[in-house]
Amino acid sequence: MLPAELASGVARREPRAVARAISLVEDRREEAAPRIAALLGALPSRGGEERVGITGPPGVGKSSLVSALARVARASGRTVGVLAVDPSSPRSGGALLGDRARIELEPDDTGLFVRSMASGGALGGLASAAGAAIEVLAAAYDLVLIETTGVGQSETDVEHVADTVVMVVQPASGDVLQFLKSGIIEIPDVFVVNKADLGEIAARARAELAAALDAVHAGEQPAWRAPVISTSVPERRGFDELLGVIDAHRAHLEATCGIVARRRRAAAAWSLRLFLRRYGEVGVERAGGASALRARFERELAAGRTAFEAVRDAGRP
Amino acid sequence: MADQPWIMRTYSGHSTPKASNELYRANLARGQTGLSVAFDLPTQLGYDSDAPEARGEVGRTGVPICHLGDMRALFDGIALERMNTSMTINATAAWLLALYVAAAEEQGASVAKLRGTTQNDIIKEYLSRGTYIFPPAPSLRLIADVILFAVREIPDFNPTNVCSYHLQEAGATPEQEIAYALSTAIAVLDAVRARGVEGGEFAQVFGRLSFFLNSSIRFVDEVCKERAFTELWDRLGRERYEVAEPALRRFRYGVQVNSLGLTEQQPENNIVRIAFEMLGVTLSRRARARAVQLPAWNEALGLPRPWDQQLSLRTQQILAFETDLLEHGDLFDGSRVVEARSREIAEAAWAEVEAVLAQGGAVAAVESGYIKERLVAANAARLAAIESGARVVVGVNRYTESAPSPLTAAGAGVILEIDPEAEREQIERLRAWRAERDAGAVARALGALREAAASGENVMPASIAAAKAGVTTGEWAGALREVFGEYRAPTGVGGARSPALAEDRLAALREEVSALEQVLGRRPRLLIGKPGLDGHSNGAEQIALRARDAGFEVVYQGIRSSPSELARSAVDEGVHLVGLSVLSGAHLPLVREVLAKLRERGAGDLPVVAGGIIPEGDAEALRELGVARVFTPKDFDLSRILTELVAVVKSAHAAG
Repeated sequence: MLPAELASGVARREPRAVARAISLVEDRREEAAPRIAALLGALPSRGGEERVGITGPPGVGKSSLVSALARVARASGRTVGVLAVDPSSPRSGGALLGDRARIELEPDDTGLFVRSMASGGALGGLASAAGAAIEVLAAAYDLVLIETTGVGQSETDVEHVADTVVMVVQPASGDVLQFLKSGIIEIPDVFVVNKADLGEIAARARAELAAALDAVHAGEQPAWRAPVISTSVPERRGFDELLGVIDAHRAHLEATCGIVARRRRAAAAWSLRLFLRRYGEVGVERAGGASALRARFERELAAGRTAFEAVRDAGRP
Repeated sequence: MADQPWIMRTYSGHSTPKASNELYRANLARGQTGLSVAFDLPTQLGYDSDAPEARGEVGRTGVPICHLGDMRALFDGIALERMNTSMTINATAAWLLALYVAAAEEQGASVAKLRGTTQNDIIKEYLSRGTYIFPPAPSLRLIADVILFAVREIPDFNPTNVCSYHLQEAGATPEQEIAYALSTAIAVLDAVRARGVEGGEFAQVFGRLSFFLNSSIRFVDEVCKERAFTELWDRLGRERYEVAEPALRRFRYGVQVNSLGLTEQQPENNIVRIAFEMLGVTLSRRARARAVQLPAWNEALGLPRPWDQQLSLRTQQILAFETDLLEHGDLFDGSRVVEARSREIAEAAWAEVEAVLAQGGAVAAVESGYIKERLVAANAARLAAIESGARVVVGVNRYTESAPSPLTAAGAGVILEIDPEAEREQIERLRAWRAERDAGAVARALGALREAAASGENVMPASIAAAKAGVTTGEWAGALREVFGEYRAPTGVGGARSPALAEDRLAALREEVSALEQVLGRRPRLLIGKPGLDGHSNGAEQIALRARDAGFEVVYQGIRSSPSELARSAVDEGVHLVGLSVLSGAHLPLVREVLAKLRERGAGDLPVVAGGIIPEGDAEALRELGVARVFTPKDFDLSRILTELVAVVKSAHAAG
């Protein structure tokens, strides 16, 4: 199928076209590159969609939270695309995908699409093809949910591909303390204390988190203050509120810096990360250093080129 | 004084209540002293025979029981007051017991005299067998409901039969079997105690708990395992639950000997294996089984015929009545070898019980995936030992030459074929039943059941009333699904790793997979699915594990997917190959439907392979439908299977 045909199939939300488009952007063969560029260039730009990263330590219930969020969004009439990242085995390069809380999928509902992706060599972070796969999903669905592995570089990676980063924490896990120490507490736009059905200890985790955020922002008046939401999957509680907060954050971005500009800056940062993975630090130096590269990526993206092409071209001798 | 012979049963049931009734009567006439009812998967999972989920599964792995009329027909002419009936039923145990009680009442039996067993152990369903419905908390509550009802109303009945059987089938070592079964018993006992049961009544509850064990070919280890079990159970009763009366602390168990070790190659050898396996649970008088069931020699080929079941019964009768075994006291008291090995097993098992308790008990260790991961790893080690030859299996990895067998020769009709009309007949009877009953009474009974479930009141009285009002299995379970919700247990594959023994052969496979990646442009992707209701996932898990460790990207979503869901996942996930595992015998209709759904979604060119207990005729039919490879129990070499999968992906890519 020609890339342009594939792109229009994506725009029509045909599951098979979306699936093939993602398989294409995962193709690492040299001969696939022109087709990938053509596909990404032909994808319609919708602008109204939301890209939400869901991150947090393993075992915290990200998958069931994504499932519940997808259900609530679907019920309100929005279409949903999910990209769920699972870790690759460093020994074999293989991966076990989808071995998590299953997203309830009506087999004939074309308004919901779920795709798994292995983290590849990225040590738990997002696979190199994740950014392009998200572009594919964003061309088809209103709400794109990106579930990370929650380890390695996943928190900082997801920041570059999502409009809103949701961090899920486990009650009574010591997570809050860890976030404070590592500085990760400053990345998320929304915090979720999951398993609110645990009662007392969940309420305490929420209070601790709120206090920690107060301490981080002491004396400041941040334009956006990350709210803390409580959710419970078995009790189906908190997901409408979570979706509302995600919408509010997007509206905030729109009002302050403009979603397009923010995405461009994030995409440039993601491109730099991809460039670094591909060509190493020496490659970055040869191309004029990190800030020059980032500026170059921002320029090219502003001119309508895709991140995929920009990284490729910058790497050419 | 000579010991009493154990109760002799055969796990059986198929097609329809009427056909199963005929089988039971014939088995009793041949000298069987109890019944062991096998229910079909829809009944075990709370679906009526005409539910969409039941398609192809009705009457296959057991008998379908949809309502009181079915239960009546199942025991027609069999006096329940004098029978000892074991029912392998778990998620819907409360319901099947309610139907059993109602059927017995109709026969004019005194309910208080009923004897038998409901398996009623949900933990091992999460870990191995897969016929669970509800989340752990309401499931344990249902178990406690059945126990409390039984202790008060049918005091000679065993309301829960904690199973280590299925743990061994999932690959558990003897120590793991004991540890996880005892952890399960502790979870059940604690749940009953939390209901305010104490003192003498709690001691009665402890005394009614029984176990269902497995026995492998390593029969000396088995003797020691049963002795260790006996000792630890007594200790648990004394120390943790302060049960004063020794009689109430006696370890009572029934057995089905091991099926995992039965082979498809030279299947007649299984006759001998089964006899040796029985020794492990009968030789030691102080740890002797109360009831024994033997599998049939041809289980790995398909469903056994009445004659095959008779041979298993005769095996038991010869040991009990021809040999001098029952004339003697315990043969091993004072044996240093047996005592040392028993102690060793007991100590390791107890340490593992403590590890589970430290994590919050059996339920927490199921939900975290801890126990499941240990089982998957143990099973992987077992398979790798067979592959490497470190563990000898005669006729499989040694002495594989065989003269032609008259038992399996063409035309021998070596297995039972299920009448394809049985499903239709069953559905017709169900529809007639629905048409004839009092709809108002059914609605009221279901309302009362919902209320009992939601309020925490014991569901048994409402269930018995519902049985009498004509409620169906699907309606009973549907009402509880509304109140309790449904559950999915962890697969355990993520945390496990291929054993070191497999490492050499994995290295070669990884190279093949990497070469394939160059051709495809991305890692080969494999969807492993279990369509239908069958929850026996041990094989699928081992393939998933080995494929991942060979470098595949494996999409594994666990058990009980519908063909539509699998086809949709295969398309969305962009896989190169679909592997389907079905052990219920429903492989033909299920695989056919997956293929149809793939074609509907424009993915008819996607290669599909299938695995299961698939007779050669069916395998041929599957290949004609377009299935690229069919794997059966004789394919024990996982690396060879993986090599085949690589070849299938390669040739499909070349063709496409």
